[in-house]
Amino acid sequence: MKNKVALTGNEAVAQAMRQINPDVVAAYPITPSTEVVQMFSSFVANGKVDTEFVTVESEHSAMSATMGASAAGARAMTCTSSQGLAYMFEVVYIAASMRLPIVFPVANRALSGPINIHCDHSDAMGIKQAGVIQLFSENAQEAYDNMIQAIRIAEHPDVQLPVSVNYDGFITSHALDVLEILDDETVKNFIGVYKPREALLNVNEPVSMGSFDMYDYYFEHKYQQVAAMEAAKRVIEEVGKEYAKISGRNYGLVDAYKLDDADMAVVVMNSAAGSSKGVCDELRAKGLKVGVLKPRAFRPFPHEAIADALKGVKAVAVLDRAETFSTLGGPMFADVRNSLYDLKNDIKVVNYVYGLGGRDLRLEDVEQIYSDLDDIIKTGKVDNFVRYLGLRE
Amino acid sequence: MATLKELAQVEERFVGGHRLCAGCGHGISVRMVLNALENDENVVVGCATGCLEVASTIYPYTAWNCSFIHNAFENAAATISGVEAAYRSLKKQGKLKDDFKFVAFGGDGGTYDIGLQSLSGAMERGHKMVYVCLDNGAYMNTGIQRSSATPIGADTTTSPAGKVIPGKQQPRKDLAALIAAHNIPYVAQTAISNWQDVHKKAKKAFEVDGPAFINILSPCPRGWRYNTPDIVDLVKKAVETRFWPLYEVEDGKWKLNSKPKKYVSVEEFLKPQGRFKHVFAPGNEDLLKRIQEEVDKQWLALLERCGEEPELPPR
Ligand SMILES: Cc1ncc(C[n+]2csc(CCOP(=O)(O)OP(=O)(O)O)c2C)c(N)n1
Ligand code: SF4
Ligand SMILES: [Mg+2]
Repeated sequence: MKNKVALTGNEAVAQAMRQINPDVVAAYPITPSTEVVQMFSSFVANGKVDTEFVTVESEHSAMSATMGASAAGARAMTCTSSQGLAYMFEVVYIAASMRLPIVFPVANRALSGPINIHCDHSDAMGIKQAGVIQLFSENAQEAYDNMIQAIRIAEHPDVQLPVSVNYDGFITSHALDVLEILDDETVKNFIGVYKPREALLNVNEPVSMGSFDMYDYYFEHKYQQVAAMEAAKRVIEEVGKEYAKISGRNYGLVDAYKLDDADMAVVVMNSAAGSSKGVCDELRAKGLKVGVLKPRAFRPFPHEAIADALKGVKAVAVLDRAETFSTLGGPMFADVRNSLYDLKNDIKVVNYVYGLGGRDLRLEDVEQIYSDLDDIIKTGKVDNFVRYLGLRE
Repeated sequence: MATLKELAQVEERFVGGHRLCAGCGHGISVRMVLNALENDENVVVGCATGCLEVASTIYPYTAWNCSFIHNAFENAAATISGVEAAYRSLKKQGKLKDDFKFVAFGGDGGTYDIGLQSLSGAMERGHKMVYVCLDNGAYMNTGIQRSSATPIGADTTTSPAGKVIPGKQQPRKDLAALIAAHNIPYVAQTAISNWQDVHKKAKKAFEVDGPAFINILSPCPRGWRYNTPDIVDLVKKAVETRFWPLYEVEDGKWKLNSKPKKYVSVEEFLKPQGRFKHVFAPGNEDLLKRIQEEVDKQWLALLERCGEEPELPPR
């Protein structure tokens, strides 16, 4: 059974957490994900879940306690944004290396400084090398759907990695949206019972976790994480197919929108993909061959699917809502350009850094991007491949 | 109270094969604390980064004959609090039948300094866990740097005894008092020179209904530079000179566990240790005086907390 409801992104995520009914949640408030922590506390206080809620004193402890719980053999979750994720940084790596299947929503917000509470992806991009799976969500529906699927992906025997579910701060977290949620029983059956591979609370098989590795094992352990990420690409697709059966909604590694015959493509994640699709439709109506590619998984990076989706286009604009300060553009630009390199067919790839600190991405901005791509195709020239969209002079 | 003979029958949870330096206080402290558990009790041990951790779990080996988790340097308390929360959750839901106890070990660096916030949070939240600080008065694992547990005057690699500054200039942080201020059921300070004291306190700590904290003096022969086999005598001196008094705080009530009959100067504790060698060099008399004054001051404050007459032992 499905229910059409009006919820904000945070409410949708909190509902998903209620339905997942984790054994332990340890979390700490931060804008714009605070509401998730508050709503979840009220589920606990009102007996709507079986969860032990650990009201930690910081995000470092939030992730640490979540890891302790997960290592103990419990299904454990946390939730954060921005500075909170930055504060967790150290332990996020350790959670991944300990292969703990922790699912944690991240309502994306700019990193300080200067301090800013609005949306960009600098928080998520800060942990792109941590070894966690990163899913991105266009709207509240996708945030909800990703949460449910994330449990199955994280806990899959071939994966066993943390999964973060990203959705845009305020734009998605606070805006009211209409979405479909599944009934509790369907979710319960879909996620199944958690069976940990090893557990501290197993008296029959004591285990030492978090051991000290020297050069004789560290490298192999790191490679095992790479192999798990590789497997995750397959698992994300498999779980997506299964989820389609209960929800009617399809999820893969990427969402290729009107790309089959496109000459120009915009590659963009999270809510801006929605705006881009809107502009794409308008331009299509005028006869322009445009499309949008929305990576749903950013880690692992679905480079095969991206190369495949973009192989026929002539020019691509990658939109990054984060800087790298490399002077070579944003984080996704580097990965997309790299993915297209072996096609050897001279696709022009440009980068637009946009929306930092919550600056709006206007529809006119997206139109401008397509018009720039059109110029690039016509002239065959790219004079400036890293551009700052809507930046005041 | 168990006899030594009975203790010898206790199943060891921390076993041989670890790579702590010969004579390291940590191995002794950990065994004494864990031996307070009965053979049929299950325990999950958490451990902060530091000498104990890196010496006991060099992959693929482990010296832990029980469930063990190391996470990072500053989060042993938070990590074990998560394990304990999972235990309560799984028990409540009928998903787990076995009973468990929880203990976290951290060095003074991982406890007094970088892990203080995590520890404070865990104590305040009331998890049923024991936190044991293995206090050797410096960051030994990274090569003997000062911590806020380092005594005044000590020569460490970041508070070197130089021509202008003769070692560490600040007195130790009073961590046990700080933790006692969390109003948890049990706080104690103990030392390996008195195994009965350690045993009794560890037993109480494991049995109280809520968090317990134990601070244990755990000498490091490398950092302190004394004759390694003399460890027990040295710790005895620490207690006799009142540098390391034995006390406990039960439900907010402070109690002194041993009171030296006569005044023994702190020199007796300092002298055998290379880290205090410069204190006895000509020209550093004032420093020695300051160290003694600090010991006396702390002692009087402790007596007052314990409701004892605030006076120094007779000379
Ligand atoms: C965040 C962080 N900072 C610094 C370190 C480096 N480090 C590892 S162990 C250690 C000192 C440990 O000292 P202590 O806690 O007193 O334990 P000991 O080795 O003396 O038993 C330091 C500084 C680290 N691992 N993590
Ligand atoms: S350096 Fe000190 S604390 Fe570390 S193992 Fe050796 S004796 Fe023990
Ligand atoms: Mg130390």
